[in-house]
Amino acid sequence: MSESDKKKPNRRDFILTATTAAGAVGVGAAVWPLIDQMNPDASVKALASTEVDISGVEPGQSITVLWRGKPVFIKRRTQEEIDSARSVDLKDLKHPEKDEDRAKNPEWLVMLGVCTHLGCVPLTDKGDYNAWFCPCHGSHYDTSGRIRKGPAPTNMEVPKYVFLNSKTIKIG
Amino acid sequence: MSDHEYQPSSRLGKWFNDRLPLLTLSNHLQEYPTPKNLNYWWTFGGILTFCLITQIITGIILGMHYIAHADLAFESVEHIMRDVNYGWLIRYVHANGASMFFLAVYIHIFRSLYYGSYKSPREVIWIIGMIIYFLMMATAFMGYVLPWGQMSFWGATVITNLFSAIPFIGESVTNWLWGGYSVDNPTLTRFFSLHYLLPFLILGLVILHIWALHVPGNNNPIGIDIKKPSKDTVPFHPYIVIKDLFALLLFLIVFAFFVFYSPNILGHADNYIEADPLVTPAHIVPEWYLLPFYAILRSVPDKLLGVIAMFASIFVLVILPWLDTSKVRSAIFRPIYKQFYWFLVADVLILGYMGAMPAEGAYLIIARVATAYYFLHFLVILPVLGKKEKTLDIPLSITEPVLGGFPNQAATKNKQNNRENL
Repeated sequence: MSESDKKKPNRRDFILTATTAAGAVGVGAAVWPLIDQMNPDASVKALASTEVDISGVEPGQSITVLWRGKPVFIKRRTQEEIDSARSVDLKDLKHPEKDEDRAKNPEWLVMLGVCTHLGCVPLTDKGDYNAWFCPCHGSHYDTSGRIRKGPAPTNMEVPKYVFLNSKTIKIG
Repeated sequence: MSDHEYQPSSRLGKWFNDRLPLLTLSNHLQEYPTPKNLNYWWTFGGILTFCLITQIITGIILGMHYIAHADLAFESVEHIMRDVNYGWLIRYVHANGASMFFLAVYIHIFRSLYYGSYKSPREVIWIIGMIIYFLMMATAFMGYVLPWGQMSFWGATVITNLFSAIPFIGESVTNWLWGGYSVDNPTLTRFFSLHYLLPFLILGLVILHIWALHVPGNNNPIGIDIKKPSKDTVPFHPYIVIKDLFALLLFLIVFAFFVFYSPNILGHADNYIEADPLVTPAHIVPEWYLLPFYAILRSVPDKLLGVIAMFASIFVLVILPWLDTSKVRSAIFRPIYKQFYWFLVADVLILGYMGAMPAEGAYLIIARVATAYYFLHFLVILPVLGKKEKTLDIPLSITEPVLGGFPNQAATKNKQNNRENL
């Protein structure tokens, strides 16, 4: 260390460092478009939200819609299902989340129908909790879409959505 | 190729190098003795390598977004321009990159013509280079078809119809090329496939081109054989690497000017109209880099002979090492050749201009004269001039004119040979 510390950088060292640094910035700036082109493009982003008509969904029924290429479950829950989801002790959950946080309007549960284990689509009204069951590796979800048993690490994801009116939900 | 046996310093390096001598290759590329008088015309080899790599990278990316189908191709190009992140930049770099590639390759070829780099012992380098040039033209032509605009479609129609000039089998050959009875979807998909393939063939040939170059080493502005390594040479790295990089930087300024300030100036507005098999554009011309050949094609009144003349104009370049009989390489020491060289440059530029003009009246006459002169230059002037021309005295070495002579066996021998020949 002391050997190299003694050697003062001369003008050549300065020019070399400055040139290399400017070159690295230039190459980086040139390479970024080549990488960014693989990100979702404007035509994909334009399809980032979906409006769904829910007027025909009866209590207990569930519909599946496609949003950003993935299924979204929209479930109109019965009072029993809501009660069973809200009566669970958070200590019993692998990924503790209150049902009140997952379904602002308790009658409607909106979530991505994608198992958080490896991305399969769970079956509806199946499994130990008579809610969702993933056939790929046996993950059981409850009536709030929370993971209760099996290899999935987290609850099924709740996307951003708003009720535009009593008949329409906008997802995304 | 190196004069000494290279040994990696680390044990791992030695272990690997004994099994695959990549480090020996890398060492050779760094130490490779290069004539120290190479001027900036010699930097275009590096620039061309850059152009090829740029075309391959941007092309692979465009291939991710482009759809090779007659109904979807035009729209997918607009999708690239409007929707894909930086798609406009990547497409403009690729489209203008083709022009930059040809600009560089023409400078590279004319440098070779001026300094006699195609002569013995570098004939194989030259021929590989000519094959690369021919493949470049084929690749560029097929790439221009892919956007499926009006110029794409009608350019493809005109060029593929060249083959219909072949006697007896012409029609079957064109139908085979098209995969139908006109340029259509089967033509587009096969052009896309080949446009993707050929650059990799070019890359392979570039490696052979450089390999063949490294056997005799670089020619140089005074065109003499030099002893390697000697006081006449410098190692490739860092001397030539830095010089090439600096030249590349200047070249990139020109490149960037086209990409950012006039990205469509080298193209044709008609290509922003989708291909229509029922309407030919009023004024149809190829891309600028093919214009001299197009002028030769049109200046011959007979269909078959026109096609033959066009291909012959490339073929005379391939056999150039045997057409030019002069033993002296560099035009610096060939006062008469130097003048004819500039006549040829002017002739090719005139041909290019005539190729862009309508084939009628004075344009056609000038194009015919220029075509005749083109062949005259290669087939008559060069063979005769090589025998008759009184050349100037050639220095013994690169350093001799400056420092008054370092004994250089090869150069002395060469000089004696030249004097005997005169």
